[in-house]
Amino acid sequence: MSDLAQSALPGAEFEGFVTIREAGLQGMVTLRADLAAKPVIKAIKDATGCAIPKQRRVTLGEAASVAWMSPDEVMIFCAHDKAASIASALATALKGSFATVAVVSDARAVFSVQGAAWRDALAKICPVDFSTLSEGDIRRTRAAQVAAAIWVSGKEEATLVCFQSVAGYMFDLLSTVSAKGSEPDLYRLPTETS
Amino acid sequence: MLLLTCPCCGVTAEETEFSPGGEAHLKRFGPGSSDDDYETYMFQRKNPRGVHFERWRHAYGCGKWFLAARDTMTLEVFGTYPAQTTEPPPEIIAKIKQKRPEWEGFK
Repeated sequence: MSDLAQSALPGAEFEGFVTIREAGLQGMVTLRADLAAKPVIKAIKDATGCAIPKQRRVTLGEAASVAWMSPDEVMIFCAHDKAASIASALATALKGSFATVAVVSDARAVFSVQGAAWRDALAKICPVDFSTLSEGDIRRTRAAQVAAAIWVSGKEEATLVCFQSVAGYMFDLLSTVSAKGSEPDLYRLPTETS
Repeated sequence: MLLLTCPCCGVTAEETEFSPGGEAHLKRFGPGSSDDDYETYMFQRKNPRGVHFERWRHAYGCGKWFLAARDTMTLEVFGTYPAQTTEPPPEIIAKIKQKRPEWEGFK
């Protein structure tokens, strides 16, 4: 199976005032459960090495990261070929309790938006004040007409996750808003004042 | 434009991130109820010009339902609170009373 695995838009890349890159194969597992329950906390710790993230935060581990999606849902980011084993480990650990686990790697597409002005690019399509987001935050919102989750994954980088079915739309959208010469300069750093 | 704060994930966003769910605090009259009660439950909705309680869903965010108290005329939002409440919490009522002394109350 794994040799047939293919991401949404392999190798897609656009160079604007920020760089849009389709992130390639990314393992993703969603877990819906009572995130305050001890067995759930332990199961996530054992499967990923990560603690349960605080509200709208992402905890980073060595092999996996855990992102807060809603009061009863987390998304686990991991290597593409590790998703199935993490999911089955979670399913075994939470057997009998009120929880659902699903591998969604091939149902999502991931884009990275790299560059100091990523906030400016995304602010054109999302109803979000990006100055309120700092590194390690995740914010679920909409990008133009489709749902998206935006994870501030680095100092000058955001990772955007959307449904695979809208990957083409999302790539065109991100390319359009990051076209050179169209910078809105909403989040210009104070030191850069001319 | 409405600015709503989702009590489930703490995000304050504008209304296009949410989807409206109609009037809040409806009491269901199902099988065994009188026709009048059922009709009222099914079809009769308040449509006030002023203070109103509504259901909203954070459709593009955490996906959870919550309730909001707002003014339909000025679009002022008095507060949002969890969906698991059968009537508006006292602090929301107090806030509305303070801002709209002429408001006749929830009932």
